Amino acid sequence: MVLELKDVSMKFCTKEGNLEVLDKINFSIREGEIVALVGPSGSGKTTALNIIAGLLKPTGGEVKARGDIGYMFQRDNLLEWRTIYKNVILGLEIQKKLTPENIEKVKRMLKTYGLWEFRNCHPSELSGGMRQRVALIRTLATGPELLLLDEPFASLDYQTKLLVSEDIYKIIKKEKKSTIIVTHDLSEAISMSDRIIILTDRPARVMNIYEIELTLDEERTPLTARKSPDFRIYFEKLWRDLNEKMPKQGI
Amino acid sequence: MKKCLSKEYRFEKLKLILSQISLLIFFLGLWEIGARIGLLDEFFFSKPSSVAVLFWKYLRTYEIFKHISISLLETILGITIGSAAGILIATILWASERLSKLLEPFLIILNALPKTALAPIMIIWAGTGVRGIVLVAISILIIVTIISTYNYFINIEPEKILMMKSFRANKFQIYTKLIFPSNLVNIISVVKINIGLAWVGVIVGEFLVSRAGIGYLIMYGGQVFRLDLVMMGVVILSLLAYIMYEIVNLIEKILLKKRGKGI
Repeated sequence: MVLELKDVSMKFCTKEGNLEVLDKINFSIREGEIVALVGPSGSGKTTALNIIAGLLKPTGGEVKARGDIGYMFQRDNLLEWRTIYKNVILGLEIQKKLTPENIEKVKRMLKTYGLWEFRNCHPSELSGGMRQRVALIRTLATGPELLLLDEPFASLDYQTKLLVSEDIYKIIKKEKKSTIIVTHDLSEAISMSDRIIILTDRPARVMNIYEIELTLDEERTPLTARKSPDFRIYFEKLWRDLNEKMPKQGI
Repeated sequence: MKKCLSKEYRFEKLKLILSQISLLIFFLGLWEIGARIGLLDEFFFSKPSSVAVLFWKYLRTYEIFKHISISLLETILGITIGSAAGILIATILWASERLSKLLEPFLIILNALPKTALAPIMIIWAGTGVRGIVLVAISILIIVTIISTYNYFINIEPEKILMMKSFRANKFQIYTKLIFPSNLVNIISVVKINIGLAWVGVIVGEFLVSRAGIGYLIMYGGQVFRLDLVMMGVVILSLLAYIMYEIVNLIEKILLKKRGKGI
């Protein structure tokens, strides 16, 4: 296990009183798998990620994580005054891990993922998809055991989104990283993940967990996954979970 | 195509500068002629040629350099010390939310107060020499520096701070690697505003106590009704302020060029 959540609860104190966001969440992440965290908006998915990342302390339960955790946000958060290379080594710089091996690793990733020629450019010169790739390499550079992606494609247009998710998926699988991806896009969740965890409305509990097994003639990537006949079946299951079992959600 | 554009741009720029110079000459000419034909009373308005003659006199005896250098020294000290201290205090306020909440009402009151009212106190505290005048300059610009810099510091995107924290960055690293560099341009613009404010402080201070400096020249000229002296002081003052502004502009350009196109 890379990560284990045991009865994790979270309450916030607000002006209107206690706001219960998470109610005894239990799940774990296995080595090398991609897990999608799906739920209605405002259900506390981001709160869960922040707790896993150690940015928030849960009010109940415990989080057991093996090793470092890398966090990628909705926006790339690249620092405009740094070059691509300088952006990528930001995490290593902060953690004082700028060793020759790590620098070599960063250079290899930049070369493998088509960013080597842009290493001396500034973020403003890159496309949205490339910027997102830079952000991913920055996160991977510190060698995390687990990756957290918080709606990483939400700010991209549909076309770019498909291409970038393809990109990111291949990188994650190639680097064999266990990953949790938060999304509200059901197709994206099915196409990217090995397992989907569905959270209920607030206070969030785990409603269902689906293992995603798709029959495919070709190698699985987010794009080919969408061609599988099983894709629609999963989509309908998820749709039912989110819309029929949680009827109070208005549109 | 690109070359053509840049040529056109350069021509436009040249045209603009020429028009600006002609506007200045036109204005000076109008003033000179107006004074000579008696439309303007020379006693109250002086005239450009008398100001120039006077300036030449001060230049030949090197006396002007004494006044310029003392005012310049006071202003530069005021800007440097005031800006540095202001940015430092803003940094401390950024680092401690509790302290910033505690001091907020006091800062607002100090900001609302016309700082020139404090000038006599500053001079009593620090003496009538350069020290007192520098302190007046600092008192005028430091509060604005603190407030505006602090506001720049806290207005950073929260997600960027989370990103830094996800790498387990400590407060010092968040400051040096994110907060300060992302506000470099803003800080330079604060310093630019401080040039004008420091000059206000220095002139007010010199009006009050000094025996030398541009402010002293203006004050003295006013007291003895030598309007050519007053005008000369004002012209020198605006030239000095403009040159300082351009120097900060140049420093900004060099700094930004050094770190590439990212702003």
